[in-house]
Amino acid sequence: MTALLELDRVTRRFGGLLAVNNLSFAMREGEILGLIGPNGAGKSTLFNLINGVFAPNAGRIVFAGVDITGERPFMVARHGIARTHQIVQPLTNMTVLDNCTVGACFGRENLPLHRATEAARAAAALVGLDDRLHLAALHLTIAGKKRLELARALAAQPKLLLLDEVLAGLNPTEIEHMIAVIRRIRDSGVTILIIEHLMQAIMSLSDRIVVLNYGEKLAEGAPAEVARDPQVIEAYLGDPKLAAELEGNDGNGGHGSAAHD
Amino acid sequence: MLRRPFFWIIALVVAAFVVLPLIGNNVELRESLALAAVYITLASNLNLMLGYAGYINFGSIVFFGLGGYICIWLVDAHHWPLAASLLAAGIGVSVLSLIFGFGILRLRGPFFALSTIGIVEGVQAFAENFKPWGGSSGIYISPEVFAPLGGPGPALWVIYFLFVAVMAASLYLSYGIKISKFGLGLLAIGQNEDAAAILGVPTPRYKALCYSASAFLPALAGGLYFFKGAFIQPTDAFDLTLSTEAIVICMLGGQGTVTGVALGAYLYEELRGYLLTSSTFSNFQLVIAGALLLVIVLFFPSGLMGFIYSRFPRLQKVLE
Amino acid sequence: MFGIIASIIDGVLVGLVYGLAAMGLTLIWGVMDVINLTHGTMIVAGMMGLYLLTGAFGMSPYFTLPPVLIGGFFVGVALYWIAVHRMMGRPPLMSLLSTFSVNLVLVGLGTAVWGTALFNVDVSLPGLTIDRYTFPGAHIVAAVLAAVIAALLYAFLHYTRLGKALRAVANNREAAELVGIPTTRLLAIAVGCGVALAGVSGMLIGTLFPFTILSGDGYQLKSFVVTVLGGFGNPVGALMGGVALGLLEGAVTPFVPVSWTLVIEFVLFVLVLIAFPGGVFASRRGAL
Repeated sequence: MTALLELDRVTRRFGGLLAVNNLSFAMREGEILGLIGPNGAGKSTLFNLINGVFAPNAGRIVFAGVDITGERPFMVARHGIARTHQIVQPLTNMTVLDNCTVGACFGRENLPLHRATEAARAAAALVGLDDRLHLAALHLTIAGKKRLELARALAAQPKLLLLDEVLAGLNPTEIEHMIAVIRRIRDSGVTILIIEHLMQAIMSLSDRIVVLNYGEKLAEGAPAEVARDPQVIEAYLGDPKLAAELEGNDGNGGHGSAAHD
Repeated sequence: MLRRPFFWIIALVVAAFVVLPLIGNNVELRESLALAAVYITLASNLNLMLGYAGYINFGSIVFFGLGGYICIWLVDAHHWPLAASLLAAGIGVSVLSLIFGFGILRLRGPFFALSTIGIVEGVQAFAENFKPWGGSSGIYISPEVFAPLGGPGPALWVIYFLFVAVMAASLYLSYGIKISKFGLGLLAIGQNEDAAAILGVPTPRYKALCYSASAFLPALAGGLYFFKGAFIQPTDAFDLTLSTEAIVICMLGGQGTVTGVALGAYLYEELRGYLLTSSTFSNFQLVIAGALLLVIVLFFPSGLMGFIYSRFPRLQKVLE
Repeated sequence: MFGIIASIIDGVLVGLVYGLAAMGLTLIWGVMDVINLTHGTMIVAGMMGLYLLTGAFGMSPYFTLPPVLIGGFFVGVALYWIAVHRMMGRPPLMSLLSTFSVNLVLVGLGTAVWGTALFNVDVSLPGLTIDRYTFPGAHIVAAVLAAVIAALLYAFLHYTRLGKALRAVANNREAAELVGIPTTRLLAIAVGCGVALAGVSGMLIGTLFPFTILSGDGYQLKSFVVTVLGGFGNPVGALMGGVALGLLEGAVTPFVPVSWTLVIEFVLFVLVLIAFPGGVFASRRGAL
């Protein structure tokens, strides 16, 4: 398998805290890899490392054969990696269309303005924001802002999309819609690395799962395998009811968050 | 750009500046419009950093003053013609700004703002001690330099039209940038620099370009201004008052808008003219400027254009 | 040789006063992320307080300290309500502009009334003479007073309820509000204290050097340099930074013309910020 993204013994420390510890895994092109773990396990830090917001203290990050370790965020974006944030970061006073156009202009394709605007419209349409193109981002609902975050990332036509809790704060209908969108994105050829606390969602979306705990990889494999892994259950899932949920045994949709530390 | 109505609105304003004083050889109007042109030039270029990229440059006067010094020095000591001196001043200051920018553009928000003041102090201290520039006494140019322009009288007209040209260039520059990809990147930086970087906006390069671009035309304006006065000295050339007024104008008109800056400059100049002639208020120029800025920042942060757009939203499609 | 060492020691004495001034700046910065651009003018206000009180009421110079301190506090609270309160939650550049505009008004009023006149308050105290060098008594007293006030501030922040509440607000305003701390009132108190410190340091500087209405700029820059050296929001660091700056000034002034001192300090300011974006003794952001 030629890996699209490869993390090789990546480590990141903040003062005395080892946020990411000797982490290695690889992603195939076209797959959806789910990243789960308790709060504080280092998931968002990992995204920041891939993105270039922080540089790792040790280890390498290789994307499409190119070593991108320690590159600045805008250079990483040029390589074709886009991300959404756990706490949304809209360009507040700009319109939905302008937000997405920024993504299209400065992403992998580095499009000129008029073509970027078209790519932006397409991305907005994909997430269902095409009816609000000229609304300023600050007037959107939280669900709208989440969609904008996603549309903006998509507008860059990335090869790898990092999704950070893109479902948090949404109601069940919105979640269903978003999950369908994510599947469509993957079908269009984008590789996705997704952090999510909504167990049922991430387990059903992902081809494979990586479990993080205290910055280290606890387990890696197909969702069903990982759900049965005793170490994972002890560290994260804890609650046997939740474990049963993953095997699809419980009646309702199951969208509680995992145990907080 | 030529298809957009705003292009022609700017052209109309520029035409007014050119034509109106010619009617009846109205020298008084010419001088008043010349000052307005200077304010518009300074404020429009300041707007690139302040209104687009969100970086307050408290010390934009340094471009004006340095441009003045370079131009005067070339004209006086080396007998260069005006046009070449102006151009050299503009290019020289832009290059210098890249050097300053290399140091201070990596500082965020408030620290950048404070260091721009420091740059002015530093350059002023340099000018006061630099003998070829006359030190603290400055440079006087002899009236012969006005001869190639047709003598002192016609020279003032030539200089005036050059002021208008620089103003026009400033307005078109800020408009052109605003509708370009570069401008979009700057606006993104102004909204959220970290998010912009993650989206791929090459923030260091864009900020440096913006800062340098905002230096060129003010340098030309400075060269013209001091050439006209035939005299330059450090305390005038680096007086923070002018850059402060440019900030007030930007905020008054509506930071980030081209129309707002022009409107704000015109309004402010009227206000200032009134203050200077009124015996009660002539000492209180900066007090009024400060109070005005405070009121704007507290209650009308989007300035005049923000107010106008909220009443007439459709104007936003036409004006910038 | 001793001349240079004496100059450095003298610099340290004066540096303690700079440190006190910087504590005012860094307190406000640490509690609410606002850079008070009226800081320099508030220092000058303290100087003018010294001048006016000794002139009009014939007060002995050091007895002006309490009125300047208390007056400064109330001025600071007023400043909060006028220029800072509405800026909470807005982008930080807005608070920069609002304090900047208040500064314009104050400087404008000051120069309208007093022009650029040079003021001097005569404080003649017996100095301490070692070898051929005399350490002016005023310097020693000012340094001691600065150190005492700094110690009192530290005690206030760490051993009183109000002080702890202030540190809580600095650390996490939302959380502090949630545990019942009246954050708005504390923000106002913080600005009051910050301005009071600026005023008192101005009063002390007034006993050392002559001044004009426009002297504020230079001392404000020194405060920024000290804050950068000592870490933002870190009062102890501010004092140490002040000492460091005083040390530097003492070492440099025998050799360099006075007009270049500020330029050197500015270059230092930028260089240190580039190397240490959080200041040299950077404490955790939001901690006091």
